[in-house]
Amino acid sequence: MLNILLEAILAYLATVGFGVILNIPRRALTVAGWIGLAGWLVYKGFIGFHQQQQPSMAQLGLAMLMAGLVIGVLSNVAARRKHMPMILFNIPSLVPLVPGGQAYQVVRNLVMNHVDVALMYLGQVVTVAGMIALGFLLAELLARIQLRFHHLSS
Amino acid sequence: MEETELVMNTALLAGEILLENGAEIARVEDTMMRISTNEGYANANVFVLLTGITMSLPDGTATQVRPVHSRTLDLEKVDQVNTLSRQFASDEIDVPTFYQQLRQVKVAVPTFPFWLQLIAAVVVSVTLMLAFTGLHQWLVVLLTALAGATGYGVFYLINHELQIRFLSEFLAALVIGAIADAGVAWLALSRLAGDAVIIGALMPLVPGVPLMNAFRDTMAGNYLSGPARAVEAILSVCAIGLGIAIMVSLR
Repeated sequence: MLNILLEAILAYLATVGFGVILNIPRRALTVAGWIGLAGWLVYKGFIGFHQQQQPSMAQLGLAMLMAGLVIGVLSNVAARRKHMPMILFNIPSLVPLVPGGQAYQVVRNLVMNHVDVALMYLGQVVTVAGMIALGFLLAELLARIQLRFHHLSS
Repeated sequence: MEETELVMNTALLAGEILLENGAEIARVEDTMMRISTNEGYANANVFVLLTGITMSLPDGTATQVRPVHSRTLDLEKVDQVNTLSRQFASDEIDVPTFYQQLRQVKVAVPTFPFWLQLIAAVVVSVTLMLAFTGLHQWLVVLLTALAGATGYGVFYLINHELQIRFLSEFLAALVIGAIADAGVAWLALSRLAGDAVIIGALMPLVPGVPLMNAFRDTMAGNYLSGPARAVEAILSVCAIGLGIAIMVSLR
């Protein structure tokens, strides 16, 4: 439990930190941080909080899809509520999900001539990136549907 | 300035600021269209690419082109233009005021000064190193903080002083790798710790804005600008990878 809490705080801080690097407005910082935290928790929840070994590809993909979806939906809501561009929220909150470790292993194993290991990690990088993108796509779709219903009912 | 000219200049300036500071193509086109529509030019033509804007108003024969060469990252400016455009749409400000305010936004300095960005780079590096690897030793944390701050500092200074594309990422990665390796050798840490330091310290360099916009632009049907951004992001990642590859092969 403590670990989950700690990791959530880490994700929040990382998101806010990246927000400062991109110079997003102050009033967007905390909201972005919360969205980053939510995305991280969803990702962790889907690969299992207590899992020690490497998650399977399908598990990783599903976790990233759901995290991307949640970040997309929350960013959309935040953007509408605060009348601010959506990219202020979804770019920083994506950062904790970036497959930095895997990308590094790709380079390291390529240099060390372990091409098969490098390709395995490259597969993970591509899966993660693609699944997050798909999650965003679904979020966008939901937003469009919601907007359509909004127009119809009003 | 004549009125048509002013409307056109205002729209172009708004578009230019947005494009330079990391807004999506759809947002740039939308903002420019709103500005001209609001002033009675409902069927203006706006054509935006990643590297330039073309705009013409219906009843004049004049067309203006505005190339955009530099792309920096200052999302606050995107938000400011967005806010001004909203105020303009609700008639809180008129065109001349809008234009003046845009010129101020263009030259405004970022709210967060360099030292604060360095601290932010340390925060991003350390937190993500911990989250990704779970290696909570004080020496590793300190080394990650040092490597993250130095790497981001190199990246920032080369970007701002020399403006050479991709050299900043490459040199920053080189410096990060060097600090990690030297620290591991000097403090007698494990190889795993060296990997963790590098992974964490590289995180502030992630090209988040080009990556996200490549996706959003492509999905919005901008098949020239979206892939162009993807190329930008991939080259950034390759520059980082090259720097790290050189350091790893020197071990």
